[in-house]
Order: sequence, then C-alpha cells, then structure tokens
Amino acid sequence: MSVLQILDVGLALLVLAVAVWTIAAREIFGAVVGYVAYGLLLSLVWIRLFAPDVALTEAAIGSGVTGVLLVTSGARLKGAGKASAAAKPSLSLRLSAAALSLLAAAALAGVILALPDPGPTLAPEARQHLAATGLGNPVTAVLIAWRSFDTMLEKIVLALAVVGVWSVASDLYWGGAPAPLGRANPQGALLLLEQTLVPLGILVGVHIFWVGADAPGGAFQAGAILAAMWMIVMIARVSEPPPVNSRWLRLALVAGPAVFIVAGLAGLGMAGYFFAYPDGFAKPIILFIEAFMLLTIAATLPVLVAGPPRRSFRP
Amino acid sequence: MTPSTLAGLVGAALVGLGLYGLIVNPQPLRKILAFNLIGSGVFLVFGIVARKGAAAGFPFDPVPQAMVITGIVVAFAASALAVALILRLHEETGQVLLDEENPASLPTQEGAGK
Repeated sequence: MSVLQILDVGLALLVLAVAVWTIAAREIFGAVVGYVAYGLLLSLVWIRLFAPDVALTEAAIGSGVTGVLLVTSGARLKGAGKASAAAKPSLSLRLSAAALSLLAAAALAGVILALPDPGPTLAPEARQHLAATGLGNPVTAVLIAWRSFDTMLEKIVLALAVVGVWSVASDLYWGGAPAPLGRANPQGALLLLEQTLVPLGILVGVHIFWVGADAPGGAFQAGAILAAMWMIVMIARVSEPPPVNSRWLRLALVAGPAVFIVAGLAGLGMAGYFFAYPDGFAKPIILFIEAFMLLTIAATLPVLVAGPPRRSFRP
Repeated sequence: MTPSTLAGLVGAALVGLGLYGLIVNPQPLRKILAFNLIGSGVFLVFGIVARKGAAAGFPFDPVPQAMVITGIVVAFAASALAVALILRLHEETGQVLLDEENPASLPTQEGAGK
C-alpha cells in the first residue's frame, strides 16, 4: 500500500466517522459543528476525484453556508431541544430503520462496484467544442454554455426559495427586516476577524470568479465566498440584514436569472435558437452572464440564511 | 481498489447513514442534517460516474460534475426553506417535534401572527 492509498483509506474512515457523529451527537450544536467539519473533509474527497470545482462548491456552500444556516437556526430553537430528548424512538423502530438503511447502502454499493469502466462519457464532445466557447474550464462551459438552461432554472429555484422563506413571515412584519444574525454586543475578536478577513475574502472571491473561465472556480464558488463575507459583516453587526422590501436587494436577487433570460432571448434573435451564443462572442457573453449570477448568488445565500422578516417595517 | 471506487462506497455508506438519521431523529433540524448527508452521498456517486467517464484528455466527465455543483446549490435552497418552516412552526406552537399523534399541538388558526 502506498502512502497515498493509506491517506485515501484514512480520509474515507474520517468522513464516515464524522458523519456518524452528526447523526449520533446528543446536542444539535455538536451535530452542526460535526457537519461543517464533514463538509470540509468531503471537499478533500472531491479533490481526489479530480473535481476541484465541486470541492470548492462543497466547502463554500455545502459546508460553510449550510453550517451558518443550521447554527443560527439551532440557536433560535434553543431550549426547545430539551423536551425532544424524551421522545426517543423505540428500539424496534431503530432496528428496522437500521436494516432498511443497511439494505439501501448495500444496494448502492453493489451498483457502484458494477459500474462499467470506462463508463459512458461526454468528455470527448466537451473537448471537441471547448474551443468554440473560448473557455478553458470544461465545467464552466457545461454550466453556462451547453447546459445553460439547467443553470438558469437553478437561479430561478434560488429566487423561488427566497419567495418561500419570506412568505412564512407573519403579516405584522411584512416589509421589515429579518432578525439580526449576531449577538447584540460583538466581541473584539469577531470585529477583528471582520476587519481583516472580509477585504481579503472579497479579493479571493473576485479572483475565483475571474479565473473560473479557465481554471477551477466560477460564479457559484465565488458567489458563495462573497456571500460568506457579507454574512461575517452581518454577524459582527457592522451592517444589518436589509428589509425585504428594499428595492436594490430585490434587483440583486433577480438580476442573475433576468440577465440569463435576456441573453437566451438575444441568442434566439441573433443566432436562431434560445441560448445560442453568436460565433466569436461566446466568452464575453458568458462572462457577462456570470457576473450577474455572481451578484445574485452573493445576495441570495445570506438572504436565505437571515430568514423571513421579524421586525416591523419602519418607513 | 481505486480512490474513486472507495469514494463511491463512502457515498453509499453516507446514503445509508443519512437515511437512518432521517427516520430515527425526531427533531426536524436533525432530519434536515440527515437529509443533507443523503444528498452528499448521492453527489459522491455522481462523482465516481464523472471519474469513470475520463476521456479525451480530461481526467473526468464535466457534465456530471456540473450537475453536482447545481445540485449543491439547490440542496442549500431546499434546506433554507425547510428551516424557515420549522422556525415558523416553533414560533406558532413552541413545538419543534413533528408529532403526528398529537394534532392538537398544531396551530388551529391559520396565518394568525402572535
């Protein structure tokens, strides 16, 4: 066994151990911290699968932003967790759940071991047409050029999620701002973190967006990093979550899908079908769309974390 | 065993673990966590499919990878919506359990803000 193989097995065991912890931990806070660590370990697994784009997304959104969401909502539910400890499921339910889970995992493992190698692939097509997009990163090309319809619909899903989250607000607070993300008096370390990390983080985010055309990175990963920076600013209480009827916020939330649809319609007019990019202009159009996607992702993720409005609207 | 097969088996185990947590944990927030474990397990299975599609000089098939990136973002959006519903349920009833044997704990007046 080489060193790399030992590391692979160790990493796999570590991922599974942390996953068991997130299920078995007694306190919700412990489980969420475990989940954040789990996401970071999982992004290492993605690196080993030659998927640096996915690794960046998993670390930023799957682990980071989801972690913040669960930590803040866990804090808002504090005290309610105690009562539920009594409602432990019966042994027979746990045993049958374990049997069912084992069966599902074993069936999936069987399928994975039976996968053909090499499997069916679209990589040759990607190689053949990559030059036409002017991009160097095939994953970005799939997201914004060849399967642009998926990516556009996904932006619309994000907008729908915002509508869903806002619509559980009580009538009293409609138009107001969500509850603050941080405590009333942020401590020195948090403010220092805000002052030192946020400028750097914004630079890193813009860099990852820019290199995404040719290297691992892109609008999703960069948007999540910028979103994280905005959330740090809000947790440090340097700025507050904006009220839901703020016009600039709503514009930022719909800019990505709107520009995407306009670009698709322009393709229909200029090149004959929806989302066709005219020859020679593919890369500038793709970067233009991505810039607005970046804005929308960076605005949407913190809005989803902040939740529905909880303070009345003061005009 | 190649690293990608190992990762695929980890994915299968994660689906099993998440399914168990989803059924057994009574707290909705823990159910969301477990559901995310299932999701990341499924994504890892996509990862091994992408890796096995290595061809034409790419060490992976970019299409499944791009779908996983889209999937991670959508999974987050779904989690955020679920969390908002749980917090609202808690605000209305003070309950955080999905107790179907005790429907009296559910709000009776719809949309009545406290």
